[in-house]
Amino acid sequence: MTTTTLKPETAGQVTDAVRWALSAGEPLELVGAGSRRGLGRPVQAAHALDLSGLTGVVAYEPEELVLTALAGTPMAEIRALLAGRGQHLAFEPPDIETGTGGTLGGLVASGLAGPRRISAGSARDHTLGIAGVSGRGEAYKGGGKVVKNVTGYDLPKLMAGSFGTLTALTEITVKVLPAPEDTATLLLFGLDDPTAIDALGEALRSPYEVSGAAHLPAGIAARSGVPALARAGGAVTLVRLEGFGPSVAARVAMLRPELRADAVIGREESLAAWREVRDAAWFAGVGADGPLPNPPPPSSPSTASAGEGRGGGSGDGHLWKLSVPPAAGPATVAIIRRTLDVEVVYDWGGGLVWLAAPPDSGPAIRAALTVGGHATLVRAPEAARAAAEVFQPLPGPLMALSRRVKDSFDPNGILNPGRMYAGL
Amino acid sequence: MKMPVPDGGIIARRREIVEALRAIVPGEGVIVDENELRAYECDGLTAYRQLPMVAVLPSTVEQVSRILKTCKAMGVKVVPRGAGTSLSGGALPLADGVLLGMGKFKRIIEIDYANRCAVVQPGVTNLGISNAVAHEGFYYAPDPSSQIACTIGGNIAENSGGVHCLKYGLTTNNVLGLEMVLMDGTVLRLGGRHLDAGGYDLMGIVTGSEGLLGVVTEVTVRILKKPATARAVLLGFPTSEQGGDCVAAIIAAGIIPGGMEMMDRPAIHAAEAFVHAGYPLDVEALLIVELDGPAAEVDHLIERVEGIARDKGACYARVSTSEEERLAFWAGRKAAFPAVGRISPDYYCMDGTIPRKALPLVLQRMQEMSERCGLRVANVFHAGDGNLHPLILYDANKPGELEAAEAFGNDILRLCVEVGGVLTGEHGVGVEKRDLMTDQFDEADLQQQQRLKCAFDPDGLLNPGKVFPTLHRCAELGRLHVHQGELRFPDIPRF
Ligand SMILES: Cc1cc2nc3c(=O)[nH]c(=O)nc-3n(C[C@H](O)[C@H](O)[C@H](O)COP(=O)(O)OP(=O)(O)OC[C@H]3O[C@@H](n4cnc5c(N)ncnc54)[C@H](O)[C@@H]3O)c2cc1C
Repeated sequence: MTTTTLKPETAGQVTDAVRWALSAGEPLELVGAGSRRGLGRPVQAAHALDLSGLTGVVAYEPEELVLTALAGTPMAEIRALLAGRGQHLAFEPPDIETGTGGTLGGLVASGLAGPRRISAGSARDHTLGIAGVSGRGEAYKGGGKVVKNVTGYDLPKLMAGSFGTLTALTEITVKVLPAPEDTATLLLFGLDDPTAIDALGEALRSPYEVSGAAHLPAGIAARSGVPALARAGGAVTLVRLEGFGPSVAARVAMLRPELRADAVIGREESLAAWREVRDAAWFAGVGADGPLPNPPPPSSPSTASAGEGRGGGSGDGHLWKLSVPPAAGPATVAIIRRTLDVEVVYDWGGGLVWLAAPPDSGPAIRAALTVGGHATLVRAPEAARAAAEVFQPLPGPLMALSRRVKDSFDPNGILNPGRMYAGL
Repeated sequence: MKMPVPDGGIIARRREIVEALRAIVPGEGVIVDENELRAYECDGLTAYRQLPMVAVLPSTVEQVSRILKTCKAMGVKVVPRGAGTSLSGGALPLADGVLLGMGKFKRIIEIDYANRCAVVQPGVTNLGISNAVAHEGFYYAPDPSSQIACTIGGNIAENSGGVHCLKYGLTTNNVLGLEMVLMDGTVLRLGGRHLDAGGYDLMGIVTGSEGLLGVVTEVTVRILKKPATARAVLLGFPTSEQGGDCVAAIIAAGIIPGGMEMMDRPAIHAAEAFVHAGYPLDVEALLIVELDGPAAEVDHLIERVEGIARDKGACYARVSTSEEERLAFWAGRKAAFPAVGRISPDYYCMDGTIPRKALPLVLQRMQEMSERCGLRVANVFHAGDGNLHPLILYDANKPGELEAAEAFGNDILRLCVEVGGVLTGEHGVGVEKRDLMTDQFDEADLQQQQRLKCAFDPDGLLNPGKVFPTLHRCAELGRLHVHQGELRFPDIPRF
């Protein structure tokens, strides 16, 4: 419903814009590149605050492991800069919505992480410092620009995953790390979900620093663009090892017999496979509003899905993301399947379940979270996101505290009102 | 350092408050005897001492909740305490406050290997967690040097680190879930055995909040399998610049060692005299670089690190060839604090972080300050992440020396901020660095942090006088100044 867009080019102008909104009583919808606009509940605001004009890397010091950039800096620019020095953002930020990866601010605000979440942490673990403008129209900063810091409250962590509801971020400092020199992936074929998650658990309990642990049921593996996965003829379980060449080789040699792995794929195929896992690429069409921003990867002709429900996989489904205790992944899915026709992919050793489900499945999905965890509706048409609980409903006292936290930054509800929860 | 002026009205109601606490925690769990209270009068920052009005040692979450609720109703301040090893005075009692000791929460609740986590009570020691999972080859990664004594509750409050945190993270990167009690008695669960928060990452804020936001009553941490091998290299350099260059070059080569510690000449000499680790005495900087992982990786990286060190002018290099030798390399570093304690009646441990490239400048300026104030300084340094621990040597019995040491320490921390670093890398602000916060943060930064505190504890009763140099009332902080019509921004492009 946005009618006007404010596009500041300096942090000072962001302060002016928020102050104007505050005095006019007009809420703002914060957008970076707009690439993750489909995440979260639609914001009811007549004005957009477009932060993509705040662009540029302020400082990059590879040996200090830190990078500071204005919040609207395109991720594509940051990725390229880091790659030039053999570094990366270790939490493997996904490109779930667009091929461009949006802006740094949008990435941090949505708090996403890829398969390496299990070993390297999430956006929150790599966000060292922030500067921004609160909903009170006050510019402030938090955290620092060095990798180790406990001075004051860790505000950067709170900003990660707050979806712009607390502060319009203007500058961000992130931790950057050496990118692995080599990568290989062990493949196990034909396992059912519980057996696969047990195998991933075994891999993660080994001392071999596994940095990716995913399971693709048969129907999904068949749609992979990676030949070794698509041609497996059934489910594929993936265990990733990364690091220096001799180390990867040694760990592959040790872990392969321990897991009784069926095959190993090398660097190029591994990179392609984990990109698909990172972006849940097989679900690219699920829940999309109108034309696809990101075409699904080329797939071998979709073979029969081996008894898997294709429910949400087809046109009108919605995409969910569940975070559960890893060993509980398959049991959670089994409960959901009692009432819903869903298609799933497991990552994080079973702790992350991507789930394509029919519309209005939220209550049934959340009822299955019997041992803790949370479910987020990550892609659905706008009307569905407006009507559903997109983020996990919180118990009363926690919701009350979350409201007080919101009020402490944005008492008048100027910034992205309702993006996470109605009235917050 | 001034603590908030004790409230005479509260102290006058001591008897009533003690009775209210006794109604919650029976018997010896409420301590009023002055001699017994002495045990709580300070933490690891021993220069500051204060007897609490009363101490209470609950053993259940319900008791914690009732204590906090009761104290809130009576307007009484509360200071949580774990093992009391804080080096920043975080657990320093208040004359008009209740000291809430969490020492009875010592139970390991569950070890869940399937989900690779341990659920423990906050009074379990850091090492206690690793010990409980060692028979399965697991450990809890953050390893503060105080790990035999400090509690996981204290680690959460301080977001503690250790020598392995460059590779394995601080406490905050290794915690999955918390149970905590707010000042009004509300019991909350944040996180669990899964990853990430459903809503705001409140666990990220509570970790490192120095006991100001809530009392932690249960902790779920990630446990890891021990690396297959670990070997260390001892490297000596003729100058600290060369040592610093070597650290930067190792990281630039894409190597993140399990541990990378540096010591300067005074620290090397003190440590060698104390534990006879076999350190070279004719170097200005000593680096311990530990590589861990599969043997093939460790061997490969040791060779690369040796090569880098040679290029950077190392005049001494020794690789550990046995586990005993590796531990001997570490023995000196781990005993650095007590070793310095032997060569000086007292020492004061600082904890700033700097961008590593500023190391030579900071060391040189520190030397100048040392000469000016006549106090010696020895440096140990978590070199990988730029976290400095200057140890200032002084004698508390000499009039004025403590004050001089504190002034020197403050100057060092201001210098850390000046070169782009921060006041504290792992020990916390507490009372020690409270009044320096304005050197790192502007008023607006501090006020926003305090507003967040108000969301958790609107009456400011939990651990007041720590972290923030000026206390504001929440009502005052919350007031919003909206200037109708004054704010225009003709220069902002609109589309
Ligand atoms: C010799 C020595 C070496 C050290 N080495 C290191 C090191 O290498 N790295 C490092 O990071 N630190 C180090 N420290 C500092 C210290 O050990 C840590 O800060 C530790 O985490 C404190 O734990 P504690 O249980 O002693 O907490 P305490 O000192 O009792 O309390 C610390 C803070 O935590 C709060 N607190 C305690 N328990 C709770 C709870 N359950 N809920 C809410 N708040 C609570 C207190 O109010 C206080 O603010 C060292 C200290 C010493 C004495």
